[in-house]
Amino acid sequence: MENVLQKIAGWIPLLPLIGFFINGLGRNLLSKKAAGFIGSITVLFSFGLSLYVFFIVNGGNTYLAHYFDFINLASFKIGFDFKIDQLSSLFLLIITGVGFLIHVYSTSYMAEEPPKDFAKYFSYLNLFIFSMLLLVLGGNYVIMFIGWEGVGLCSYLLIGFWFKDTNNTNAANKAFIMNRIGDLGFLLAIFWLLAKIGTVSYDEVFSAVNLARLSVTDIGGITLLMFVGATGKSAQIPLYTWLPDAMAGPTPVSALIHAATMVTAGIYMIARSNILYTMAPATQVVVAITGLATAVLAATIALKQNDIKKVLAYSTVSQLGYMFLGLGVGAYTGAVFHVMTHAFFKALLFLGAGSVIHALHGEQDLRNMGGLKKYMSVTHVTFLIGCIAISGIPPFSGFFSKDEILAAAFAKNPVYWGIGVITAAMTAFYMFRLYAMTFLGKFRGTHDQEHHLHESPPAITFPLIALAVLALIGGWVGIPEVFLHSGHKLEQFLSPVFAQTNTYVEIHHLKNELSHNTEYILMGTSVVLGIIGIWYAWTRFSKYERTDLKSTTGVNNLLENKWYVDEVYDSAIVNPLKSISLFFNNVVEKKIIDGFVNGVGRAVNYSSRQLRWLQSGQVGAYVLLMVIGMLLLFIIQLFL
Amino acid sequence: MDIKAYIALSLTLFTIGIIGVLVRRNAIIVFMCVELMLNAVNLLLVAFSKMHSASIAAKTSLTFASDAQIFVFFIMIVAAAEVSVGLAIIVMMYRNTHSIDVNFLNRLKN
Amino acid sequence: MLGTYFTFPELLIWLPLVTGITCFFLGKEKLAKDVALIASLITLGISLISLCYTDAKYVTYNYVSYVWLKFVGNTFYVGLDSTGRLLTLLTAIAFPMIFVATYKTKQQKGASFFGLMLLMQAGLMGVFSAMDALLFYFFWELALIPAYFLCSIWGGEKRIQATFKFFVYTFAGSLLMLVGIIYVYLHTPGRTFEDGTYASHSFALSSFYTSSLSAPDQNWLFWLFFVAFAVKMPVFPFHTWQPDTYDQAPTGVTMVLSGVMVKMGLFGVIRWLIPIFPLATLHFTHTVMILCIIGIIYASCLAIVQDNLKKLVAYSSIAHIGLMCAAIFAMNEVSVQGVMIQMFNHGINIIALWIVVEIIERKTGVKNISLLGGVAQKAPVLSIFLVVIALANIALPLTNAFVGEFLMFTGLYKYNGWYTFAAAVSVILSAVYTLRMIQKVFYGKTNPVTETITDISLNEKLILAVLVVVIFVVGVYPQPFINLTKEGVNSLVAVLKS
Repeated sequence: MENVLQKIAGWIPLLPLIGFFINGLGRNLLSKKAAGFIGSITVLFSFGLSLYVFFIVNGGNTYLAHYFDFINLASFKIGFDFKIDQLSSLFLLIITGVGFLIHVYSTSYMAEEPPKDFAKYFSYLNLFIFSMLLLVLGGNYVIMFIGWEGVGLCSYLLIGFWFKDTNNTNAANKAFIMNRIGDLGFLLAIFWLLAKIGTVSYDEVFSAVNLARLSVTDIGGITLLMFVGATGKSAQIPLYTWLPDAMAGPTPVSALIHAATMVTAGIYMIARSNILYTMAPATQVVVAITGLATAVLAATIALKQNDIKKVLAYSTVSQLGYMFLGLGVGAYTGAVFHVMTHAFFKALLFLGAGSVIHALHGEQDLRNMGGLKKYMSVTHVTFLIGCIAISGIPPFSGFFSKDEILAAAFAKNPVYWGIGVITAAMTAFYMFRLYAMTFLGKFRGTHDQEHHLHESPPAITFPLIALAVLALIGGWVGIPEVFLHSGHKLEQFLSPVFAQTNTYVEIHHLKNELSHNTEYILMGTSVVLGIIGIWYAWTRFSKYERTDLKSTTGVNNLLENKWYVDEVYDSAIVNPLKSISLFFNNVVEKKIIDGFVNGVGRAVNYSSRQLRWLQSGQVGAYVLLMVIGMLLLFIIQLFL
Repeated sequence: MDIKAYIALSLTLFTIGIIGVLVRRNAIIVFMCVELMLNAVNLLLVAFSKMHSASIAAKTSLTFASDAQIFVFFIMIVAAAEVSVGLAIIVMMYRNTHSIDVNFLNRLKN
Repeated sequence: MLGTYFTFPELLIWLPLVTGITCFFLGKEKLAKDVALIASLITLGISLISLCYTDAKYVTYNYVSYVWLKFVGNTFYVGLDSTGRLLTLLTAIAFPMIFVATYKTKQQKGASFFGLMLLMQAGLMGVFSAMDALLFYFFWELALIPAYFLCSIWGGEKRIQATFKFFVYTFAGSLLMLVGIIYVYLHTPGRTFEDGTYASHSFALSSFYTSSLSAPDQNWLFWLFFVAFAVKMPVFPFHTWQPDTYDQAPTGVTMVLSGVMVKMGLFGVIRWLIPIFPLATLHFTHTVMILCIIGIIYASCLAIVQDNLKKLVAYSSIAHIGLMCAAIFAMNEVSVQGVMIQMFNHGINIIALWIVVEIIERKTGVKNISLLGGVAQKAPVLSIFLVVIALANIALPLTNAFVGEFLMFTGLYKYNGWYTFAAAVSVILSAVYTLRMIQKVFYGKTNPVTETITDISLNEKLILAVLVVVIFVVGVYPQPFINLTKEGVNSLVAVLKS
């Protein structure tokens, strides 16, 4: 049994890797159909295997698969291990499931690319799935890190997919470098672990013996550094600015990498290390506040954006902030739950936006859309479902996960809850602003565009429908206790992963239980605020007409320019780095070090020039010198 | 005869040789002065050899008494070789420059 | 045959030496080129075979000692041990790669070019296998002197200036080392040979290890040796010869210099400096480490603003070497193991990088980043290779450099956390300059310079593919390489513990 599981777990990431090699090496030979088919089918098989693994794990089995020794030294040993447990199997399902749908979607969305680029695109996508699977399957932090950097690389490659445009490659560089800053934090955390306890394997790190060997500072430092890693990958303050720029990539990529999977890696990491975070309350506060601040900041920016993908990008940042809030207040299940539902509805929204962009031949500006309802009914309905789900209206999936996080936040500190709920209202507002400006009112684009408006082909609508269904019912695995006794199937499923934390919390009495009445009030408030947000957006934007009037009030400007964060980073970090490098190059290197070296050369040259006068070329002078020298020697010999 | 007389004669000859080398510009004269210096040394070597031949060391060692005189022969042979090479050079020098002034030949410079 | 008539180190040294000298007399460039290529391939074969005989029971295959200058206590003692073996393998891999990659480049007086190259290879092999100080110095110079000629005769426009700088730096270092060797030699115990000859001192490595040096003596001798090695590596502030030389030397020579020859410095520290002067090493660890870390950050910053592709690679190499040097001085099992692996990996990566740079320069005639652009459209295969190699250079996981850097940083962290924080900034900076290079050279629109560029030919593809395979094999399954060098690491760490 275990042997079979080991093999199957190995094949899950291996299949996409094979797809990557076939598509990558054969990109000149493969037709578009073949490339798309290979890309999708490998992920589909992985999904099938993931389902199998899920059912085995659901039966209560977990397993650590050891393949070979990655690094084996006297001081420590790092195995190439896969950990198959509830958490990883859940992520496997999300990644391969949503991944497969997006692959199918891409076969149609990218159809206009030449065959070579088409195959290249699918090979990158498969490589991404491989890395992401490695990330969640890894049985220790090093394997996680391998996947962690791997997904960053794929993200870089896919953002810069259309590399002729410098803006795209700039965005790609920005994404990679920002991620790299985070990765450094993660890496340092790994070094710290290795130096202190000599192991990085989850089972060993979380064992009671090793936890006892870590001091409070150690745990605090390690968790903080890991969180730095998470802020990079999951786009939190201060490293979030790459994600909106990453929208330069193809839309399915945004859906897969920059909404559903890669950006949730940080949440996975913290959920995986839950016991460490529970033992570091200071870090938890940092995580919660960062998450909350990011949620608010991104939501305010999203209010004013006019690019359909930018709105969704900021919304993603904001939702990720929610997840970190959940992690920070100890609602690990809630955060993972939100990862899942968010993967459904955000992928849906992005794919819907892609469908719209596709229909409008690349138009992304909301002000040039409108009235698409009657041309694209499937896209319209599914998009609407996505919007409702993200706004937290029951019984759509977003309601359950968001509510769980908010309830936990309230239990920790009502201020968290207050800010969270206001953010939720903003979310509802900007999502329906987006919806209304796209689908309601009159079409504001060119006649040429209007003439070509059409519903997208089945390869695009099928994933939309599938995701819409999931966005609708996906939350029902986590129905809160107040509605249905033991309705929270997900919590029961994941409980072994968080068992250690739960015991710790119980021993230290860290949990504040909420009464059922409080919970009803909290839910009611958030739903009502959400509906107000929707209503307000609907009234303001359902009959939106394009005006050239630019509002120039301070707040408006601030929000439209994204709080000028990019500019601040430029002047605080990028430019000083450049000028110090130039200073090194022009002054230190050329003047000081080379100056010194050349100075030695010049000194030798100069003194030789002076000595040259002794060499007159007259034989007599030489002989005289010789005689004087001999006399001197005699004198020294005789008299000294 | 007192050894001091030999030393004095030898030193005088040597000094004349040095001064000659230093002040004269005619290559032949310079050459002759070099020979003079060599012979001054020869004279001294022979004188000392003679002086020491009566000592005890000379009786115990086979070569002790004759060492210096063998040196003298070497010097004379070397000097002869030198003369033959040196004079040839001077002749060549004269053919090329029509001068045997040593200061004229300062091509080592530059 | 083996063990009685020939041993591996002998074969590795004599084969290039003899063919190298033969090349001088061949006259024809084409013939010399082929002879050199075949000789280097055979050397590679021997080196690969030698990997199968690492066990202690094959000691007669790996060590040999001849009588040579017995009266000064010297023997011609060469051997392959676990420290040197991986580096001889690197040397053996590097040369055929270079010969194939530069096969199409026309050389004036080509026969001598290949002769000198092979002499250099013989010298490098000797440095990595010498078990005797005098021999070590001899091979050290044998490796360096051909490099001077190669740079000054076949280099770029400013070759004389660059070579002169290179010469002055390295030669000053070498002479200091020679003084040091002689001083240590005079403090070694005497030794009696099998035939009864007695020498009052000895040049043997083992005698150097057991020399009776007081702590103050060690302190100044340490610097004599360290400067020689530091110039070679190079460590800040001894590095300014390197960018100029890499820029001006013919590409084949640059590959040897950066891929293999810089390892002479690191190897010297591991084999000679630390075991001979353990007290001084402990005394100066912080000084050296701070120099290294300054160098890492400084060179990374410089790489960010370079416009010359070759200088960019040079500065990136300085940063990487700085990290390796720092890791050696952290002196624990993990960090030294990382260095051992990374010396090999860095060699492979940087040679691959130079091959790509050389192809670009040959095809476009420029090496300025600002003049290039859009190469990926015209030469996709080349671009893929470059991206893979560049990413290996910045130590992305599953490439070889990740294993090395990971171990080095972990070891460094064990030694001192703050140094690690500072050094690890280079992880970010390296991404900055590498991505900038990829973006400016390969992405974007084509311009008149890159309009006519064609994709790479089959032999170039083959070479780069081999290197990329090596990159991934070491990156995914590094354990065999770790096992290969484990012994050397343990003995070095043991020296310092006692």
